[in-house]
Amino acid sequence: MSTEVKQKESLFSKKNQRLLSDPFNDNNPITVQVLGICSALAITVKLEPAIVMSLSVMFVLAAGNVIISLIRNLIPNRIRIIVQLVVVASLVILVDQFLKAFAYDVSKQLSVFVGLIITNCIIMGRFEAFALGNGPWKAFLDGIGNSIGYGVILIAVAFFRELLGSGALLGFQVIPDSWYIANGGFYANNGFFLFPPMALIVVGLIIWGQRAKNTKLIEEN
Amino acid sequence: MKFVQNIFDQTRPLVEKDGKRNILYPLHNALETMAFVPDHTAHSGAHVRDAIDLKRTMVTVIFAMVPALLFGMWNIGRLHYGAIGLESTLIENFLFGALKLLPLITVTYAAGLGVEIFFSWKRNHPVNEGFLVSGLLIPLIMPVDIPLWMVAVSTIFAVLIGKEVFGGTGMNLLNPALTARAFAFFAYPTWMSGDQVWINTSGGDIVDGYSGATAMGDLATTVGQGLGNPATETVMAQFGPEGTYSLMNAFLGLIPGSIGETSALLILLGGLFLVFKGVGSWRIMLSFFVGGLVMAGIFNVFAVNEFMALNPIHQLMLGGFMFGMVFMATDPVSAAQTETGKYIYGFLAGFFGIMIRVFNPAYPEGIMLAILFMNVMAPLIDHYVVEANIKRREKRLANA
Repeated sequence: MSTEVKQKESLFSKKNQRLLSDPFNDNNPITVQVLGICSALAITVKLEPAIVMSLSVMFVLAAGNVIISLIRNLIPNRIRIIVQLVVVASLVILVDQFLKAFAYDVSKQLSVFVGLIITNCIIMGRFEAFALGNGPWKAFLDGIGNSIGYGVILIAVAFFRELLGSGALLGFQVIPDSWYIANGGFYANNGFFLFPPMALIVVGLIIWGQRAKNTKLIEEN
Repeated sequence: MKFVQNIFDQTRPLVEKDGKRNILYPLHNALETMAFVPDHTAHSGAHVRDAIDLKRTMVTVIFAMVPALLFGMWNIGRLHYGAIGLESTLIENFLFGALKLLPLITVTYAAGLGVEIFFSWKRNHPVNEGFLVSGLLIPLIMPVDIPLWMVAVSTIFAVLIGKEVFGGTGMNLLNPALTARAFAFFAYPTWMSGDQVWINTSGGDIVDGYSGATAMGDLATTVGQGLGNPATETVMAQFGPEGTYSLMNAFLGLIPGSIGETSALLILLGGLFLVFKGVGSWRIMLSFFVGGLVMAGIFNVFAVNEFMALNPIHQLMLGGFMFGMVFMATDPVSAAQTETGKYIYGFLAGFFGIMIRVFNPAYPEGIMLAILFMNVMAPLIDHYVVEANIKRREKRLANA
């Protein structure tokens, strides 16, 4: 018997903390890896669906990562994608049913995009890249970290789009009614922000800002 | 002149690298090269000796725009007094137009140059003259009654996203002026289309029979109704020889529209000047015109509504087609660079412009979208033209 005692890693060691913080900036799924863009364009017109979407992705990604990580040694390598899909699909159905039961309006607004979490590249990417090779706790942290990185961008984009496009935040009118031209003011909502291309431009501007601050991210060419 | 030069010479030490006010260097540099021909000479290699630099090129384009600009100014006043039923003299028309147009121009330049100066200061570049032309083009493609801050926002967006993101003047993928218009069009559709914004009707009662719509807006209402439908008769009467939008009126520019786009005659005059000076590409203009003519001709053959049945030449005189052809598509940076590519680029821009305009009445300004689309495609066209060239030469070499 080996007498070596493996040093037990503490739950929030430096390494584990990096799992949480890395996807926030240096390895952000949206602005650095440019994954999950489709949903970032589609559901960021308003803040509320964006928040719900972020939470849903957080649940699916964290739970899925843990499940995949637990059964990682049982999955035959050849059919691992199918197994992963089954896991995500079951989790997404759970989320979908939950939203339909408790947040029907938001569920209506998100429509197919809840179902499309299944195809969100971030989720399959994390399963493949991380959960298949790491223990459940690390996989859980990685899932939470990545979904926060995703959610932050989503919410930031939705914040600007709802504020400038509809003059509201979370459905509450923020810009005073008297400012609008129709009421004798000078202001008008920017309709361009309601179109998906503007989400792309906002994401682009965020990437621009991030790279200006974080020079590590600039590729050499 | 000596006196002006003295001022520049005296202040130069202040703004140079280790001077006290070196933050103002870009501004000093910009004003100085604006006033005098720069005395920099190239030190190595062979160079083409020519007096034409970026600044002269830009100024040439501005000269070419002057006729359309002055006409637009006069037309603003003419339409305004016409709509409220007042007689007006030539001077009154001009004055009213100037009162409307000058704030637009000032705001555009202030907003655009503000962004440019900020970036050249951030990046330690000298301010260049890239915005000179865009700053004058933007007011010319706006409706007269658009709120000034919308123009400012659109301009800032255009310079930022259309140009600075890609590295500034000469690196832009899209035509900045059209980017500004496209932004305004999608962001503030109420102030960029419809029948409320093209003619200023303030300060008077609107006369009977007044319509603020443009020819494009009126034509768009005929889409979806069959040819010869009595419902479209009154609209189409305006396109007859006696109507508001008759071929002659459209050619001369006596119709409502964006400020500078109406007069095909004066735009063509500017275009001739550009071609004569070698600044604008006649290949693009010609193929653009042919492209539009072909598409309008095809529509004319299959005419299922009045819009399609419009005489092709008449079709091309309306809306922004002429302005796009002469001043927008020929932008030397965002257009195709190869000579063959220019023919393809121009042809498709004109072709798609008419197609969008007729097929999608919600986008009466199809020309704008078509040119922007072809701007994006231009590098692709160039790539294939160059590839084809290489292949042809390889073949020739193999056969030799």
